[in-house]
Amino acid sequence: MSGKLAENIAYFARALRDAGLPIGPGAVLDAVRAVEAAHIGTKQDFYWTLHAIFVKKRDQSEVFDQAFRIFFRRRSLIEKIIATLSPYSPAKDDQPKKPEAGALRAAEALIPPKKDIEPPKEEKIELDARFTVSEREILQTKDFAQMTAAEVTRARQLIASLVLPDDRRPTRRYVPSVKGKRIDPRRSFRASLKDGGGAISLQFRDRAEKSPPIVAICDISGSMADYTRVFLHFLHALTEKRHRVHTFLFGTRLTNVTRSLRSRDPDDALAKCSEQVADWSGGTRIGTSIHKFNRLWARRVLGQGAIVLLFTDGLERDGTEELASEISRLHRSCRKLVWLNPLLRFDGFEAKAAGIRAMLPEVDEFRPIHNLKSMEALIAALGVENSQASDPRLWLKRVA
Amino acid sequence: MTAPQLPQSIDAMEALLSDGDYVADRSLSTVLFLALKLGRPILLEGEAGVGKTEIAKVLSKTLGRKLIRLQCYEGLDVNSAVYEWNYAAQMMAIRLAEAEGGVARAELEQNIFSERYLVRRPILDALTPYVEGPPVLLIDEVDRTDEAFEAYLLEVLSDFQVTIPEFGTVKAPHAPIVIITSNRTREIHDALKRRCLYHWVDYPTAERELQIVHRKAPKAPEALSAEVVAFVQALRKQDLFKVPGVAETLDWATALVELDAVALDPKQISDTLGVLLKYQDDIQKMQGSEIKAILDEVKVAVKPSK
Repeated sequence: MSGKLAENIAYFARALRDAGLPIGPGAVLDAVRAVEAAHIGTKQDFYWTLHAIFVKKRDQSEVFDQAFRIFFRRRSLIEKIIATLSPYSPAKDDQPKKPEAGALRAAEALIPPKKDIEPPKEEKIELDARFTVSEREILQTKDFAQMTAAEVTRARQLIASLVLPDDRRPTRRYVPSVKGKRIDPRRSFRASLKDGGGAISLQFRDRAEKSPPIVAICDISGSMADYTRVFLHFLHALTEKRHRVHTFLFGTRLTNVTRSLRSRDPDDALAKCSEQVADWSGGTRIGTSIHKFNRLWARRVLGQGAIVLLFTDGLERDGTEELASEISRLHRSCRKLVWLNPLLRFDGFEAKAAGIRAMLPEVDEFRPIHNLKSMEALIAALGVENSQASDPRLWLKRVA
Repeated sequence: MTAPQLPQSIDAMEALLSDGDYVADRSLSTVLFLALKLGRPILLEGEAGVGKTEIAKVLSKTLGRKLIRLQCYEGLDVNSAVYEWNYAAQMMAIRLAEAEGGVARAELEQNIFSERYLVRRPILDALTPYVEGPPVLLIDEVDRTDEAFEAYLLEVLSDFQVTIPEFGTVKAPHAPIVIITSNRTREIHDALKRRCLYHWVDYPTAERELQIVHRKAPKAPEALSAEVVAFVQALRKQDLFKVPGVAETLDWATALVELDAVALDPKQISDTLGVLLKYQDDIQKMQGSEIKAILDEVKVAVKPSK
């Protein structure tokens, strides 16, 4: 096959890689082989052939589309490739420029340019937003204070000690077990062969246990701004420790930050989250955000008996009707819905706000937290030993 | 036995699928063609009811290959997916050998762990040669298993071989055609995706869906089919928890034919809405005036084309 075609595909792959698609050298080889194999006749076929090799996820399809158009637009490069499938030699000085142009715009398509930070007058809202709910959507970025080494170590220790309620679930897989109740034929058979098959010594097995996936849905609106850093640090440490943790942030819109939180360094992870989320410390639309979660994500992340941790103060400005039905759906699609509410900083808290009253009947556990300053408090509030007084009905009764 | 040849171009692939009554768009044909040509597994993702499983069935039918289906579920393990020893028969063999006496121990062990006592499950079955050519292995709804099984699949899918400790390595002489489907109830690991060609099966366009209805529900009158497709397409634009797939469209068209309908009317739609929508919330939302509004739009849209 012509060296130039391979070269062009390699450049294109590099452009895609710059735009964020995970493409290894193996994929480039595959692509060259595929283009050879497919006997390309039309531009469309060329497009779908490369698409089949390079795209591994539905949302990458759009980036690919952008990059393809920009990259192969030049001087009808693609027609020439197809027409001859023979060496195409672009002018020397053009080559290095090409991937850059493609990469830049495709990258822009992937990560929209950062919104300008709001003018200083908005800061006032942020300051006194703790007990208010703003209907307005404020788009702004957020800077987190750096973690100290001590903080990071302490967080790891605390997470290791955390036992969530209902945390070990039997799976349908079996592991060898001395006290098991089921006979393990394979091991029994092997064991009895050892002494010539004279006597059968029974071996047993039992169900393997596994922690269920955790899905955290975390409110980052103005009224929760004080706690965001603790939450995110907690979730980062949890993501590091456990296998299946998904994190969503919402204020007025819902963002999935699971991949950002997988960065090993907590500062790095928080910075990535900050970049990804557009509505820090703005208003709250709990109902709409949960609706979006239910529609787009619930079926993808709530399988296999997930526990949902909902961090929010429940102060909803929009109507509570939508909130009630969406919370109810969320409740029905997960195994356990735990609501952690940090607004309860006074002992005399009563569940009076309409949003709170709409949500309470639909959660399995209501974890109050009076003073959320540190990770210690958060872990203590979530831990299984704190499960008394977590029945949401108690809180409803108190007001009634 | 003369099995049909593998298609040699994307056009041939399209024709082949069309022979099997599968109306595919160009992108899907391209992916399938490449997968056959390069001998790579295909990972098909998409909403429920867009015809992912059907692709495997059509391929096996039109290529004259055996279809081996592995339905995934949580807790699926090697014993039920790959192979199992037939313990009862093995025990029996040992007892018989003892009764006869004089069989050397090494020989006995070799006999016991031979192919005779091996129970083949779908994956091992797919690696064995068949006269009509390598079979089609359908690994259905892989998102339902756990990550452990997915990891096991990596060896199978990259080298098409399976290692049985007592027996040795079984390697397929020719790679089977592997089709993996997923409903995205969880994300498939990147390592597995990397080994496959990926394709997102989307809801069809109105034009393609109409072709599908013609092929699969030929009894439906022309006007009714057009209305049914237009109505379903409009329904997919609504804010529903689960919008109807192609399977639902076909069910609905068939149901309406059984009810002797020649055109859609609001009463009949509301009576048969359960065929299209499977969530109570969605049905409630659509009942009444919503149906009427969509239907009016549909009638207007369908008319001028006639």
